[in-house]
Amino acid sequence: MSYTPEMRELIKRVDATRSKRLGHDFPRMTPKERIEALEKFHPDYIESGFRALKVGVNKGDKVPQELADYIEARSRIENIEIDLDEIAYDVDVLIAGGGGAGAAAALMAQEEGASVLLTTKLRFGDANTIMAQGGIQAADKQNDSPAIHYLDVMGGGRFANIPELVRALVNDAPLVIKWLEDLGAMFDKDEKGTMLTIHGGGTSRKRMHAARDYTGAEIMRTLRDEVRNRGIEVIEFSPVVELILDEDGRAAGAVLYNLETEEYLVVRAKTVIFAMGGSGRLHYQGFPTTNHYGATGDGLVIGYRAGAKLAFMDTIQYHPTGAAYPPQILGLLVTEKVRGLGATPLNINGEQFCHHLETRDVESAAIIRECKERKLGVPTPNGIVGVWLDSPLIEKIHGEGTIKRQLPAMLRQFSRFNIDIRKEPMLIYPTLHYQNGGILINEHGETNIENFFVAGENSGGVHGRNRLMGNSLLDILVFGRRAGAFAARKSKDVKLKSLTLAHVQKYHRELEENGVDTGGRVSPLILPRYRHREANA
Amino acid sequence: MANEAAKVNIYIMGKKYSVPDSLTILNAMEYAGYQLKRGCGCRAGFCGACATVYRTAGDTELKVALACQTIVEPEMYLTQIPFFPAQKAEYDVAQLEPKAAQIAQYYPEIFRCLGCNSCTKVCPQDLNVMQYIAYAQRGEIDKAASESFDCVMCGLCVSRCPAHIVHYNVGILARRIYGKHIAPPSEHLRQRVEEIENGKFDAELEELMRADLAELKEMYNSREIEK
Ligand SMILES: Cc1cc2nc3c(=O)[nH]c(=O)nc-3n(C[C@H](O)[C@H](O)[C@H](O)COP(=O)(O)OP(=O)(O)OC[C@H]3O[C@@H](n4cnc5c(N)ncnc54)[C@H](O)[C@@H]3O)c2cc1C
Ligand code: FES
Repeated sequence: MSYTPEMRELIKRVDATRSKRLGHDFPRMTPKERIEALEKFHPDYIESGFRALKVGVNKGDKVPQELADYIEARSRIENIEIDLDEIAYDVDVLIAGGGGAGAAAALMAQEEGASVLLTTKLRFGDANTIMAQGGIQAADKQNDSPAIHYLDVMGGGRFANIPELVRALVNDAPLVIKWLEDLGAMFDKDEKGTMLTIHGGGTSRKRMHAARDYTGAEIMRTLRDEVRNRGIEVIEFSPVVELILDEDGRAAGAVLYNLETEEYLVVRAKTVIFAMGGSGRLHYQGFPTTNHYGATGDGLVIGYRAGAKLAFMDTIQYHPTGAAYPPQILGLLVTEKVRGLGATPLNINGEQFCHHLETRDVESAAIIRECKERKLGVPTPNGIVGVWLDSPLIEKIHGEGTIKRQLPAMLRQFSRFNIDIRKEPMLIYPTLHYQNGGILINEHGETNIENFFVAGENSGGVHGRNRLMGNSLLDILVFGRRAGAFAARKSKDVKLKSLTLAHVQKYHRELEENGVDTGGRVSPLILPRYRHREANA
Repeated sequence: MANEAAKVNIYIMGKKYSVPDSLTILNAMEYAGYQLKRGCGCRAGFCGACATVYRTAGDTELKVALACQTIVEPEMYLTQIPFFPAQKAEYDVAQLEPKAAQIAQYYPEIFRCLGCNSCTKVCPQDLNVMQYIAYAQRGEIDKAASESFDCVMCGLCVSRCPAHIVHYNVGILARRIYGKHIAPPSEHLRQRVEEIENGKFDAELEELMRADLAELKEMYNSREIEK
């Protein structure tokens, strides 16, 4: 699947302009230009992509159509007999989701002396966390500070972020890096121990810490190893399908579904933490996604049904650099570190059309404009149009061997399909990457439902309307740790009353009363439906 | 290759299916009608969930692949190995020591390595697996850590090892000893943590939290950007 002869011909134009471009930074957009690009080209501004919810706490608020479909659906357990007295697991803290947020929460909750159960949909670690390549932000250098980081986060989030959450994020950031270092995670450092840090889109300081381009993998496998060392109980292939409340309306457990035996199990817990990650596999507006197989927005749907409030679910992050070719990796992530190291976006003529480190939403909008409005995209045999990302420029800037050293995962992924990114540029187009919003939390990870905590990508508020690269790995650890510790402490004083699923029936009634046609849909989705599909990725 | 309509026959656990020739094994299984539960995680070559073994008709060699990263071949007989039982030692990272014998203390079977190199041949990440086991034997923890770094823990090496070594667990032990006890600790990080614990930035952060939108925007738009 190497480039076609036609594409090779076009690559010559890229090669031809490279030496002229080297050393010349393309001007950044003015604030006004940014807004123009966003309003005209960013998918969040496509009105038909969203609809107002007809039921629940956020009635009237707009969310993506595909998410609304699963929110306005009936429960999977509607016609299933579940005996709430038959308790399979009885614990202090139940954590749903085996990604970075869940693992961090489990470790902290256990340290606080709580009995912990972690349950997850796929294998422990099959999660967006393990896929993160680029890095994690923390203001730990002399020329940087949590306050400078704060400003970057707010600006990136269009100043809509919840200030208390941002303060927690930036202030805990160095603590999180230290925690990981103490657990033996291998960050890129020089021989004196100085962290090798670079820029990410929208950062004003070089504060992106990395572990080669396997940053998320390194974090995930370290935390997972630690969870296993500490003997914390983990159940795999058992997604949560419904929250259980007690008579007073407090969270009190969950219903699990064993994907293999197809049985439903009741967990009773004094506090519950959702760490179920994102929703890329709902393919908003038909976009391909970078997300793992289990990213189906279950946490949002289940939480909402129980009465939890959503925030910022009308803003979705499209990563400017999804693979547009070869088709086998369509939509998969080309890490932002590629741009961080200096690779620039180019049109069919080999000309740059926007600065390579604009924020993701702006960069995405600019790429969509280049292809849709200016018609200067690069065509592929599959009908997909993209723009070049000039990876060979990296070796010109930083010297030969940089790509192999700093981007081994990218080099490997493209070479599997016979493209050598040291010599040939990559072809990219925006891809559905991250849900900026989620269930609204406070700085302890608490939601509006008592004893119900949320951490990680399925929470909302930290990033406002747009998350910067490297702030999500940070977010999941900051708030995973906080939620874990806080939920464990809280669990000590909880006296549960009898368990109930009455909120599920109540929600169904509400659907009916509001005349919602659920069209036979049941939710949460749990696994995307890809059977009999011709497409890749 | 680019001909979208071209089909090939593959055999999933012995059953024949005709699938487009440009699909990855993972996509081909879905195309054939499977709703995957196990054997599928990141779909991008990072999680190791999709380890697959296969033979092509007429070839004796047993091959392996990550299903999400490998295009189907004609007459491919395949099955996934979504789970492989493996030993994992339990240890307290803080108590580990960066000494030569540390890894062998937990995984003495590394000395049973026969040198057959099956692990290296089988690795879908093209890691030099046998080499990092050799480093672990010799107590060269830094090298074992570095050489094993790109491991996605798919378990294919373990499935082929006649000495019953669990390579990927040896790798992560090496990396955690290295990260905790051998890599130089970051001094600027330690300092910053101390500053935060002493509340050095609290006032400044609070001021930012109180700033009104116009002020905040002004500060943001005029902030200095490190070159
Ligand atoms: C390809 C890629 C690259 C990225 N790169 C970066 C980066 O460089 N820097 C950065 O900061 N961020 C990055 N991100 C974003 C970041 O990795 C994620 O936002 C973050 O890891 C999410 O962590 P999480 O723990 O909240 O969710 P996840 O890691 O996705 O974990 C969620 C877990 O919940 C499980 N689950 C789902 N539904 C259920 C259910 N019903 N019941 C039980 N369990 C369930 C899932 O199977 C999964 O194990 C990247 C994301 C992707 C996809
Ligand atoms: S599904 Fe994760 S490596 Fe293939």
